[in-house]
Amino acid sequence: MTSEIILILAQDGLVNGAIYALLALALILVFTVTRVIYVPQGEFVTYGALTFSALQRGHVPSVVVLLIIAGLIAAAIELRSAVFQSSPRRSMLPAALYAGYPLVLGLVLYYVTGAPKSVAMQVVVTLAIVAPLGPILWRVVFQPMASANILVLLIAAVALHLVLTGVGLLAFGPEGARTEPLFDAGVSLGSISISAQSIATIGASLILIVLLFSSFTFTLRGKALRATAVNSVGARLVGIRPELSAAICFFLAGLVGAMSGVLISAITTIYYDTGLLIALKGFIGAIIGGLVSYPLGAVGAVVVGLIESYSSFWASAFKEALLFGLIIPVLLWLSITRPMKDEHE
Amino acid sequence: MNILGRSVGWLAAAVLVGVFGLGLPDYYVTLLNYIGLYALVALGLVVLTGVSGITSFGQAAFVGIGAYTTTVVTVNLGLSPWLGLVAGLIASFIIALVLGAITLRLSGHYLPLGTICWSVSLYYVFGNMTELGGQLGINGIPPINLFGWALDTSRSMYYLIWVCTLGVMLLTDNVLRSRIGRAMRALKYNGEMAESFGVNGSRMKLFVFVYAAVLAALSGWLYAHLIRFVNPTPFGINMSIEYLFMAVVGGSGYVWGAVLGSAVITILKEVLQDILPSILGRTGNFEIVAFGALIIVLLQVNRDKGFGVLFEFLDRKRSRVKAPDGLPVAVRTQLAGPLLSARDVKRTFGGLVAVNSVTFDVARGSIVAVIGPNGAGKSTLFSLLTRLLDLSGGQVFFEGIQIDRLARHELVRRGISRSYQHVRLLPDRTVLENVMFGGHARTDRGPFSAAVGINSEQELQLLGEAEFQLRRLGLESVQDELAGNLSLGQQRLVEIARALVSGPSLLLLDEPAAGLRHTEKVSLAKLLTELRSEGMTILLVEHDMRFVMGLADNIVVLNFGRMLAEGGPREVRANPAVLEAYLGRAGR
Repeated sequence: MTSEIILILAQDGLVNGAIYALLALALILVFTVTRVIYVPQGEFVTYGALTFSALQRGHVPSVVVLLIIAGLIAAAIELRSAVFQSSPRRSMLPAALYAGYPLVLGLVLYYVTGAPKSVAMQVVVTLAIVAPLGPILWRVVFQPMASANILVLLIAAVALHLVLTGVGLLAFGPEGARTEPLFDAGVSLGSISISAQSIATIGASLILIVLLFSSFTFTLRGKALRATAVNSVGARLVGIRPELSAAICFFLAGLVGAMSGVLISAITTIYYDTGLLIALKGFIGAIIGGLVSYPLGAVGAVVVGLIESYSSFWASAFKEALLFGLIIPVLLWLSITRPMKDEHE
Repeated sequence: MNILGRSVGWLAAAVLVGVFGLGLPDYYVTLLNYIGLYALVALGLVVLTGVSGITSFGQAAFVGIGAYTTTVVTVNLGLSPWLGLVAGLIASFIIALVLGAITLRLSGHYLPLGTICWSVSLYYVFGNMTELGGQLGINGIPPINLFGWALDTSRSMYYLIWVCTLGVMLLTDNVLRSRIGRAMRALKYNGEMAESFGVNGSRMKLFVFVYAAVLAALSGWLYAHLIRFVNPTPFGINMSIEYLFMAVVGGSGYVWGAVLGSAVITILKEVLQDILPSILGRTGNFEIVAFGALIIVLLQVNRDKGFGVLFEFLDRKRSRVKAPDGLPVAVRTQLAGPLLSARDVKRTFGGLVAVNSVTFDVARGSIVAVIGPNGAGKSTLFSLLTRLLDLSGGQVFFEGIQIDRLARHELVRRGISRSYQHVRLLPDRTVLENVMFGGHARTDRGPFSAAVGINSEQELQLLGEAEFQLRRLGLESVQDELAGNLSLGQQRLVEIARALVSGPSLLLLDEPAAGLRHTEKVSLAKLLTELRSEGMTILLVEHDMRFVMGLADNIVVLNFGRMLAEGGPREVRANPAVLEAYLGRAGR
C-alpha cells in the first residue's frame, strides 16, 4: 500500500465519516429528547438523494404525494385529539400546518414552478419536501404512543422504516440514482487530487454540526430541548412543551438526513433500500458515544467511515461484515466501562 | 392450573395437525410448514420480548446458523442430518451465550441494536464465503432420515415440523406457568423488585436469550432439510424484522400468540403478494408497507400486547385444587447478638448527604420502627439495607455477616425480605401469582423440571404457602383478582403476603399502613404482633405515630439524614430533640 493510496482512502473515509457523523448526531438528538431509536433516519437520506436526483432530471418526484397524504393524516389525528381536549383551539394551528404546507408546496411545484433549474434551488426544494416529513411522521406514528417504553418505540421505528422503504420503491422506482456533484472543481495536492465535492461535504457537515451544537448551547429553544432530554416531566413543569421539543427534533433530524442525502448521492449510488445500511453506520458511531455524547458520537462515526474505506481496500467482499462485526468489541468495551443501569419507567 | 382444560386444548391441537396433514392439498400443507417454522422462531421472541422485556433483531441470523451448520455437516462433510442438528444447536448456543454476555449487561436498547448489526454482519459472511456457496447458495442437502423413512416430501416434513413446534410450545408453556415464568415477568416489570426476591437478573436474561436462539436454530435445521437448499436471503435483517412482527402481532406472554402471529403475517404476505402488483401495476415487495402500517396501528392501540389479549381468558379460568400445607421451613443458624446491625451507614448523592453515620441494632424478635419527618432519609436507609443502593460508607451486618457487598438477589436467601413504599406488584397478574412469586428463593425447580412437569409437587407446596399467607392477611376472597384492580391498601397487604412467602427472619416494611383504613390498621398491627411472637423480626418505616407507638419495641428517629434519638416509645416521645424536630421549638 503506497502512501498515495493511504491518502486517497483516508479522503474517502473522512467524507463518508462526515456524513455518518451528521446522522449520528441526529440519532442522538432524537433519542435523548424522545427516547426513539430512529431507524428511519436512513430513509431520509435516500429520500433526499432520490428527490434531488429526480429534480436534476427535471421532474417533481411523486414523494410529494406521500407528503400530502401523511400531512392530511397528521391533521386528522390532531383534530381528533382536539375533540378530547379542554382547549381544542390549540390544535387548529398545527392541524392547518400539517395539512396546508404539503398541499401548498405540492400545488406550487406541480402547477406553477415545476422542477427548478438552478442547483441551489434544487437543494432548497429537496429540503423543503423531505425535512417536513420528520415532524409529520412523528405526529402520525410516535406522538400517539409517546409514553410507551423504548422497546415499543423501537419496534414502531422499525415498522416505519419498512413503510418508508416500500413507499420509496413506489415513488422512486428500483433504479439507483447518482447525482451530478454540486461542485466540479478539484484541488491537487502533490500527486493526489481532492475533489471540491469532498471538501464541500466535510465542510457542510462541520458547519451543520457547529450550528446544531451552538444552538443547543446558546439559544433558549436549544436549552429547552436539552432540558427535555434530561428530564421530560421536569421540563413540562417549567413550561416547556415536550410535544414542541419532539417536533423540532424530528424536523432537525429530517433536515440533516435530507442534506446528507444531497451530499452523499454525488459520491455513491443510492437505491430506495440503501437507507438502513447508512443509518446503521451512523448508529455504530452513536453507540460509540453511548447514545448520549455528541462529540464521542461524531468521532465514532468518522472512525466508522475510515474503517469502511480501508477495509474495502483490504477485503472488499467482507467490508460490511467487518464493519458491522465491529459493533461486538464496541459493545464489549461499553459493557466493561459502563455500570449496569436499570431502566425505570 | 386448569389441567383438564389444558390437556383438551393440546390434544385438540394435535388432532387438528393430523387432520390437516391428511386432508389438505399440497399448497396448504406447504403454507402450514412455513407457519410452523416461523412460529418456532416467533415463540423464542414471545418469551424474550413478551415475557422478559428484551428483544432481538437477530433471530433470522440464528435461523441461518442452524441452516448453514447442518448444510456444512451434511453436504460438505457428508454426515447425518441428526449430527447437523446437534452441531447447529451447539453453535447457536455458544454464539448466543457470548453475544448475550456482552450486550445484556448494558441497558435494554443495546441488545436490539447489537443484534441488528451482528446479523447484518453475518449475512455478508454467508453471502461472501465461497465454502458456503456465496450468494448462489448450496444445493443438494439430503432429507432427514427417521427410522429408515426419508422425509423427502413437503407432507412428510409437515409432521416433523409440527411435532417439533407443538412439542416446544407445550414445554415452553409449562415453563411460563412455573416459578421461572413468574420470575421472567417480575424481571420485565421491575428488575430491582425481582432481584430482591432472589432472581439473578442477568443470568435469567441470558438464559432466555440463549433459549430463543436455540429455537431459531432448530427452525433453521428444519428449514434446510425442507427446502434442501440454502442461500443468504432468508436469514437477512428483513426476515429478522418479520419474525419480530409475528411476535408483536401474537402478543406478549402467550405461546399460542406465536402461532397466531406467524399465521397472520405469513397468510397476509401470501395474499398481498398476489393482489398488490395488480393494484399498483408494478412488482416489488410492497407488502412491507402494509406490514409496517399494521404494526404501527397495533402498537398504538395495544402497545406490545398484540392479539395476545385473546388468550387471557385461558389464564383466568382456574380450577380449585386442594393445596398441601406449604413449604418446608428453612432452618437457619441463630447466633447470639443482634440480628441486624448498621454501623456508621452513610450515603451521599453528589453533595447531598442523605444518610449520615447512622448506627443502630435490631434485636432478634423485636419490632423496630424508623421514623422521621419527610426527607429524613428513611427510605434511603431502607434502600441501603436491602442493597438497592450502594453504601458511601459504613457497614451492615446480618447474623454477624457483613452483607453490604452481597449481590441483591442473595439477601432473600439469607432471610431478608421487604415491601415497597410505592407498591411493586405486577398489576396484570393475579394476586395469588404475585404472592407465589415471593417464594422464588425458597423453591429451586429450574426450567427443565418445569418443562417436563416434575416441579408440580413443589408448585403445590408453594401454592399452599401462598394461600396460607393470603388467609392470614384476610385476602383469600380476592386472590384470583388482578393485583392492579385492588385498592391501594389491599395492594400493600398483598406486598406483605408476598414478603412473608419468602420465609424471612427479618421483614422490612416501608410504610405498610399508608392507605389503610382504621380497622385495617388495627388488624395489621395484630398480625405484626403475632409474627413477632412467632420469632420474626420486623423493621418498619411509618408515618402514623399512633400505629408506631403502640407497636414498636424500639424506635430510631432520623432527621436530615442523622440519628436524632433511639429508644423505647416512651423515651422517644419525651425526647426534647424529637419534639423540636416534629413540632418546632416550644414557645418560651
